[in-house]
Amino acid sequence: MSVTIVSWALLGAHAMLAVGMLLAGYRVFKGPRAQDRVLAFDAVYLNAMLQTVLLGIRAGDDVFFEAALMMALLGFVSSSALAKFLMRGEVIE
Amino acid sequence: MISELPLWAAILVAVLVLGGAALTLLGSLGLLRTPTFYSRVHPPTLGGTLGMSGVLFASMVYFSVTGKRLSVHELLIVVIVPVVTPITMMLLARAALFRDRQVRRDDEEAYARSRRVADELAQAEEEAARHPEPEAEPPP
Repeated sequence: MSVTIVSWALLGAHAMLAVGMLLAGYRVFKGPRAQDRVLAFDAVYLNAMLQTVLLGIRAGDDVFFEAALMMALLGFVSSSALAKFLMRGEVIE
Repeated sequence: MISELPLWAAILVAVLVLGGAALTLLGSLGLLRTPTFYSRVHPPTLGGTLGMSGVLFASMVYFSVTGKRLSVHELLIVVIVPVVTPITMMLLARAALFRDRQVRRDDEEAYARSRRVADELAQAEEEAARHPEPEAEPPP
């Protein structure tokens, strides 16, 4: 019973996050200017991190948490590097 | 494999997971539906932060109930993401502001240049109207 509840909830959450990734991906392709694309890319990164956490719950394994931590940090680094690039035209001056 | 856990924990995990995913979906939907970049910054930040903490609290509950001990290392992500997301968004908004101002400056320069050319043209025409060219003698 409880396994069924958790399993279906995980399935629904996976589906919702996938739809969110698709919406943000549409904004990445369509976005009128570069900053819109960077913003949507950051949202895609966050959704992918949450998908990894859900996979970890489904597998009952702690390893997925470390992957999710790395994705959170790399998402921050890549988004701020892209913002710096938009501002100055260089990342490291 | 999902291990067996008490019913209250299962319901709590399900509610947290579904609520978190729904909030993140709302954030992405707001990204799609808002009209300008500056209003577009808000939805993924708000929805994403709260939805992320919902999903990670669900993970914390699940691993604490099924494991032998309390599992709180998910708090690392719960603390890190809300701290770094505003930094990213402020950098991005400043970059966008800079780029928008540059576009407006370029537009104003182009407008001033075209005005100058139009003024010169009008002046020349006025000059020409004031001193008309002498009529050429008709051929005999």
